[in-house]
Amino acid sequence: MLRDALTTALNGLFERTGESFGMPVLELRPENIVPVVNRLRAEFGFELFLDVTAVDYPQRSPRFDVVYHLYSRKHNGRIRLKVSVPEDRPVVPTLTPLYGSARYMEREVHDMYGIGFEGNTDLRPILLYEGFAGHPLRKDYVMDMEQPIVPYRE
Amino acid sequence: MAMMEYMTTKKDELVGWIRKFSLFPYPFVTACCGMEFMSVSSTLYDTDRFGAALPRFTPRQSDLLMVVGTVSHKTAPILKTVYEQMCEPKWVMAFGACATSGGFYRNYAVVQGIDRIIPVDIYVPGCPPRPEMVIDAIVMLQDKIARDRHPIFPFEEQVPVKT
Amino acid sequence: MQTHYPAPVSSYLERTADPDSVVVNIGPSHPATHGTIQIIAELSGETVKKADVHCGYLHRGFEKEAEHHTYHKVIPYTDRLNYCSALNNNFVFADAVERLLGIAITPRCTVLRTLLCEYSRIADHVTCVAASVMEMGAMTAFLYLMTVRDYIYEHLNHLTGARLTHSYVRIGGLARDLPDGWLARLEEILQFCERYVARIHGLMDRNRIFIDRTRNVAAMTTAHALNWGFTGPILRSTGLGVDLRKDSPYLAYDQLEFEVPVGIKGDNYDRYYVRMCEIDESISMIRQCVRMLPGGPVSVDDPRVSLPEKELVYTQIEALIQHFKLVMEGIRVPPGEIYVAHEAPNGELGFYLISDGTARPYKLHIRSPSFVHMGGMHTLLEGYQVADVVPTFGSMNMIGGECDR
Repeated sequence: MLRDALTTALNGLFERTGESFGMPVLELRPENIVPVVNRLRAEFGFELFLDVTAVDYPQRSPRFDVVYHLYSRKHNGRIRLKVSVPEDRPVVPTLTPLYGSARYMEREVHDMYGIGFEGNTDLRPILLYEGFAGHPLRKDYVMDMEQPIVPYRE
Repeated sequence: MAMMEYMTTKKDELVGWIRKFSLFPYPFVTACCGMEFMSVSSTLYDTDRFGAALPRFTPRQSDLLMVVGTVSHKTAPILKTVYEQMCEPKWVMAFGACATSGGFYRNYAVVQGIDRIIPVDIYVPGCPPRPEMVIDAIVMLQDKIARDRHPIFPFEEQVPVKT
Repeated sequence: MQTHYPAPVSSYLERTADPDSVVVNIGPSHPATHGTIQIIAELSGETVKKADVHCGYLHRGFEKEAEHHTYHKVIPYTDRLNYCSALNNNFVFADAVERLLGIAITPRCTVLRTLLCEYSRIADHVTCVAASVMEMGAMTAFLYLMTVRDYIYEHLNHLTGARLTHSYVRIGGLARDLPDGWLARLEEILQFCERYVARIHGLMDRNRIFIDRTRNVAAMTTAHALNWGFTGPILRSTGLGVDLRKDSPYLAYDQLEFEVPVGIKGDNYDRYYVRMCEIDESISMIRQCVRMLPGGPVSVDDPRVSLPEKELVYTQIEALIQHFKLVMEGIRVPPGEIYVAHEAPNGELGFYLISDGTARPYKLHIRSPSFVHMGGMHTLLEGYQVADVVPTFGSMNMIGGECDR
């Protein structure tokens, strides 16, 4: 029901629609994220930005999938938005002008996967430290490759 | 000459007795073991009975550094700075499995045991350790301090500074 | 011997701070910042003009570990997320995996999980209130609440085997059923808890000093809270009664009668009071769960997830093979992705799980409330005094394991 309302209202802005255990899923192109989220927030009441994360599919051609989750009090439902970005240009527009909570979460995705958010000026490392080379949650980062700051004592 | 050695040994025992019963811990709390540290400091299992109750939250005034919880590589410079700010004599307790050896985190972010960075005097295993184990560790550390040499006069041979 | 290390992450305040103000580092090794948050504050006199909050000092690589372990081996890692209420995290993870598998848990397991969720919620709120009032100087309240919490820990130790990091859940049910005498002791502990929480109300509620330190400090509106992603007791203290247990009920919450306490102004006092009211609500919910606890098995008997009985393993070849495959290889979850959120004591705790059909998760992401709250906390510090940093931070209930994963 929510999914039908969304698909009719946002017709033309998304590529594919689906459903995941009761949650509507929309797959978008990167340039459509900000208009779609604006309309979701204004018309459908998705005012709580829950989460942004990314998934790494190294064997697939657009390598990363950036996944957003939002919650609407009016409809008491969540929605998932998925955007595919390629490896050579992993950049999506930022949502920080719309939701303040996007700042830290986008910093974390940049830290862990290396995905850039254009418009977000503060992409310092948040869970890792400056001087850490590489992006740990990518599938090609070996899990126990440590990069110590303090030299070990003998 | 034997009298001199006897006096030095007795002095060491006296100073050891004084130092072991007035430990001022600095709880470097990071993770879940901090909950057990709060429990062991509270009324049911009390460290005040052993003299090690009053935490000094500054390294300058404390002599027992309790590293409670996981130390990640981002926290390691902080730990080393805190350790070096403490004055001699100082002791380090590695509280919990993560501080002892990295726990069950074997990945890019966790230091596999704080003895890779600072010298440790006593290790307390457990995830998290029961409060009775922590008290046992404090008592064992007190025995170690009692047996130790305490050169307080300048004419004695000094103990090398631990790094 | 190098004695000075640069800060792991630089702060923008080094460049943009006013030369007349003082930049102070409320460092990561601090008793009031629960050991893992660094707040770099630009002060002008006693007022905080700008605050830069750094987290990540307890990053332990949970998501990377989860990709390399089978589903049952991930359960101890989920314990250590919000370590004050470990059972809540266990149950969200199990819920996500069970929904992907399409397993329905038994009625006894549903009610037991609800009971233990509320029991953990009491432990978490007790810890939060105790730590935050101790940092303001109220040692008596801290020691009272620590006694309550210790009794809860010993009781859960009797049930699960561990005081703090229980790992009690299994996919499809629980590790074991209740031992004898557990419910009788539960009632004793609940009465003890009520008496001691009443003492805390008497000590703190109308205490002039406590009111002066927490009333009208770090107040926020509902719109501000929603914009910055606050959920849980912090959002409810602003006046909005959003609670996942009422809006989208899971486990046995649709059969329980309870109220959702809301605050008025969204300041520190309201957050403290909402948590105290939630402790009372949780006690009444636990008593309802005890009354409606059905009999029956506590784990579902599905060959995909549950280990067979030991006598069968030693006598029948099919049971032996099933046991072997479940232990060595792990549970195979059909491909799919799911986002499950429960009402953890801190807010909305969400698990986003992607499975590719093998016995290991392809991706397991946690939407942790503490991390999002840290993102918005600088708005609550700016404009107030530097001494208000401590009560505000305590009322956020930042748990390091959950914030940094």
